[in-house]
Amino acid sequence: MLLGALALGGCGGRLSALDPAGPAADSTLTLFLILLGLAALSFVIIFGIFLLALRRNRGRTVSLRLFIIGGGLVFPLVLLSFATVYGVVLGERITGAREVPALTVAATAQQWRWQFTRQTPGGSVTRADILDIPAGQTVAIMVASTDVIHAFWVPRLAGKVDAIPGLTNRILIRADVPGRYGGVCAEFCGTGHTGMDFTVVAHDAEAWAALETGGQP
Amino acid sequence: MSALKLHGELDAVWGVPRGWRGVLTSVNHSDLGIRFMVAAGVYFAIGGVLAMMIRAQLATPRSAFIGPEIYNQVFTMHGSLMMFMFAIPFFEGLAMYLLPKLLGSRDLAFPRLSAFGWWCYLFGGSILLVAMAVGLAPDGGWFMYTPLASKTYTPGINADVWLLGITFVEISAVCASIEITVSVLKLRAPGMSLGRMPIFAWYILVTALMMVVGFPPLILASTLLEIERAFGWPFFDPQRGGNPLLWQHLFWLFGHPEVYIIFLPAAGVVSTVLPVMVRHTLLGYGWIVGSILVLGFFSFGLWVHHMFATGIPHLALALFSAASALVAVPTVVQLFAWLATMWAGRPQMRLPMLYIAGFFFNFLLGGLTGVMLAIVPFNWQVHDTAFVTAHLHYVLIGGFIFPMLAGVYYWLPRFTARRSHPLLGQLGFWLIFVGFNVTFLVMHLTGLLGMPRRIYTYEPGLGWEWPNLISSIGSFVMTFGFAVVLIDGVLAIVFGRRSSRNPWRASTLEWALPMPAPSYNLASLPHVESREPLDRYHKLAQSLAMGEGYLGRTRDGLRETTGVEVVSGRVSEIVILPGNSWLPIATAAATGSFFLALLLGYYWLAPIALLGVASLLWRWAAPLGARADLGPIDIGRGASVLPHHEAAEAPGWWGSVFALVTNATFFSSMLFGYAFLATVGPGWPPPVMVQPSLLAGGVVFGAVTLAFLAEGFAFRRMLAGDMGSAGTGLVVAIAALLICMLGLLAFGWLGLPSPRDHAYGAVTWVMLIYGALHGFIALVVLAFVRRRIAAGYVSPARMLEPRVARLWLRYGLAAMLIVLAAIALPGAASWRW
Repeated sequence: MLLGALALGGCGGRLSALDPAGPAADSTLTLFLILLGLAALSFVIIFGIFLLALRRNRGRTVSLRLFIIGGGLVFPLVLLSFATVYGVVLGERITGAREVPALTVAATAQQWRWQFTRQTPGGSVTRADILDIPAGQTVAIMVASTDVIHAFWVPRLAGKVDAIPGLTNRILIRADVPGRYGGVCAEFCGTGHTGMDFTVVAHDAEAWAALETGGQP
Repeated sequence: MSALKLHGELDAVWGVPRGWRGVLTSVNHSDLGIRFMVAAGVYFAIGGVLAMMIRAQLATPRSAFIGPEIYNQVFTMHGSLMMFMFAIPFFEGLAMYLLPKLLGSRDLAFPRLSAFGWWCYLFGGSILLVAMAVGLAPDGGWFMYTPLASKTYTPGINADVWLLGITFVEISAVCASIEITVSVLKLRAPGMSLGRMPIFAWYILVTALMMVVGFPPLILASTLLEIERAFGWPFFDPQRGGNPLLWQHLFWLFGHPEVYIIFLPAAGVVSTVLPVMVRHTLLGYGWIVGSILVLGFFSFGLWVHHMFATGIPHLALALFSAASALVAVPTVVQLFAWLATMWAGRPQMRLPMLYIAGFFFNFLLGGLTGVMLAIVPFNWQVHDTAFVTAHLHYVLIGGFIFPMLAGVYYWLPRFTARRSHPLLGQLGFWLIFVGFNVTFLVMHLTGLLGMPRRIYTYEPGLGWEWPNLISSIGSFVMTFGFAVVLIDGVLAIVFGRRSSRNPWRASTLEWALPMPAPSYNLASLPHVESREPLDRYHKLAQSLAMGEGYLGRTRDGLRETTGVEVVSGRVSEIVILPGNSWLPIATAAATGSFFLALLLGYYWLAPIALLGVASLLWRWAAPLGARADLGPIDIGRGASVLPHHEAAEAPGWWGSVFALVTNATFFSSMLFGYAFLATVGPGWPPPVMVQPSLLAGGVVFGAVTLAFLAEGFAFRRMLAGDMGSAGTGLVVAIAALLICMLGLLAFGWLGLPSPRDHAYGAVTWVMLIYGALHGFIALVVLAFVRRRIAAGYVSPARMLEPRVARLWLRYGLAAMLIVLAAIALPGAASWRW
């Protein structure tokens, strides 16, 4: 049903994780589809046995060993090991410990807006609720908060990370093509939580160069 | 003796007075179990109405139905009520009602404690409801993350309502957990070894043990946050050395096991009801017991999967990810044990089985999305979105409501002695099942389309309009379904035809009781020789009613039931239970005034309320025990055993053991918090460390040693029958405990910085107060024993009270020494006199 809904084309939208525009969100979507496939397989097997067992022509003997060891232990262990290992490998790639970002931006959350600060040749530039990045390049966002916990989330580019007072968290994002990408605060942060959104603007090389040398966005 | 005469005699001993007096003083487990379930049902309805408000608000974009202030209260209360006021109390009620009947016992081990828990639940819930009615309900989300829930960002009383109200209700949960654990371990019919227990008792035992160690971290977290809010001690404030993540660790250290605490009793219902519905013994009993033990254990190692986005290093997350995936295995083992049972049997699609089918379908989906959420990168994407909302409702409604409704329909004849009409029940099922799936299946997609949790409205154009509308329509269908189930239940109680004694032809002992259940459960207790006692002896019910089992008589108007050896189930003692009492409601009221005093800011009243609680507890213990050695008493069927106060392992001693396990978990969580703050800061090491006074520390250490030795001396003199010297020994121990307490406080006074400036001062002072408080508790307990010796309740044969006191004393002494070491050792460089 879910897949059907996807096929209907309802997966677009400014905040849709199903319409990725960067490598992290893209590989996460692939991960999701693989997990969904495994889940569907498991569901069909287990619920299928349930439905078969409901049919009443009984008198069958049961191999408890087959059910418990085969179905209860081996079957989930195989699938879970695969999913976990896949997830860990992907997670290592997304967090990109060895990757050198082209740019670092400080994202500071406070009730209920975002401030994005980056260093340019002409000094530091801060914009409220708009995060300028160069398209096609990996950008590190250093996420912090001055009051309560918020979360930085641009669904089309990557997963989310919390903005926690007293702590700075790092997340890598990259937009493959120039454009505007919606971002929201994902962690409940009080009465203004709903409106605490922002926009990531990915500029092409030309526009970015102009921006870096002091042009207006 | 005729069955009727025996019934009259037993009912005179076990019955409840008519009218209000009976309502207020009853300690009967059937009464209290039903009350818990009915009240939980009322809270479920209230929580459901709140859910309807959420769905009405979100049905369309830019809805103006409710604004963010009210919306925040609504979803916070929805989650809090469903978790703390519905799910936990409901299965507690079911367990309280069923356990003694399943185990062939006459009541639970601590009947007054059940009643006390009930009143705490009722009063605590009332605080929450009143706050909601006047618009001061909590509004920080049901997990109350700091610093949002701290004073700066939630200055009003709303957060205090949550912290104090929920903690008050948790007292009820902790009481129930100790009560249930000891009852399952000790209060069974003779012959019922652990391996012959009905499977439901195993599930409830593991659940109760998980609650014993699962709730303390949350109670600690709530206590610390309330202290921070009330007195400004900065545990969670990053500007003063606190850490907001400490709250999350403590909360989820409770919160994740909580999910399994809710699921396991429901799975226990499935394991009980399914075999009856498919007419076959449960296959894989041993596998199931093993898997729930593993599940209970591992569920404490997963809490970090609620915190994948908090910036914890990825490889640490990978460990928790693997653990979270692995914990699915014991659940799948259970699924396949059920499938094997079905495969071997002849399933009959009666109403409870229909709900079990619904459980299979929905819980499977919830479990599968749970595994998806355990995979870190996917979790980063959908954490805090509607996807998680959908997942958790599949787990909780699929894994709790559906099995519990199966259980309610299965045991409805047991509760009410009536049967319901199958057609209305089926209509209710299909409305709930279809409505539920329409609501929540599409909600996964809503989350993937980027809709975060807890937003009160949204703009059109994000693709969220139609999934939200579908969810809202489905939720109203589901509500109609619940209404039909309610009507069905009411109709069954009023008009239903009378049920026979064992309508499902089940084989567990609860169906051996007459309909409706009498106050004493069984007129005499069976000797259990198999896991399915009713299967083997078709005449068992009649024979027990005739008094042919154990204790088929009354003695001195005492409430008697059998106590057994924990593992073998051999009868080991007669347990004499206390009768109806005003003490539970009075103690709960005194406890309630303590919480209300804190809530309303009348801090001077709080110690007075606590003194009230302490003096009531003293009276609580006073009527137990005996002044003469009775020796073995005949219990029928040729067996004679000691009364429990002369036996080696009385329930009261076990109760204290588990109370101390809870307490030790609380203390360990505190030490964890101290270590956590010290290692991850921020703002540590603190500007001012302790300057330990060697003199004060030495005095505490010496007095602890003295108290230990003096009590040991007194205990040995009691065993020797020399009560005079024993009394003197106890007086010395009491004096030593007083010195311990004062020494500990002096140690803090002389060397510790202010608790308001830095989390270091706050956490060390809290530990110090904890130590001193346990010195005080030990002191009171020893004073009680001293009084009991004087009043003739202690003899070399009746050593139960001194043995219980010894547990509390030794725990208190150990706590004081650990506190002293934990505070003084890091400051060892600056020792001074």
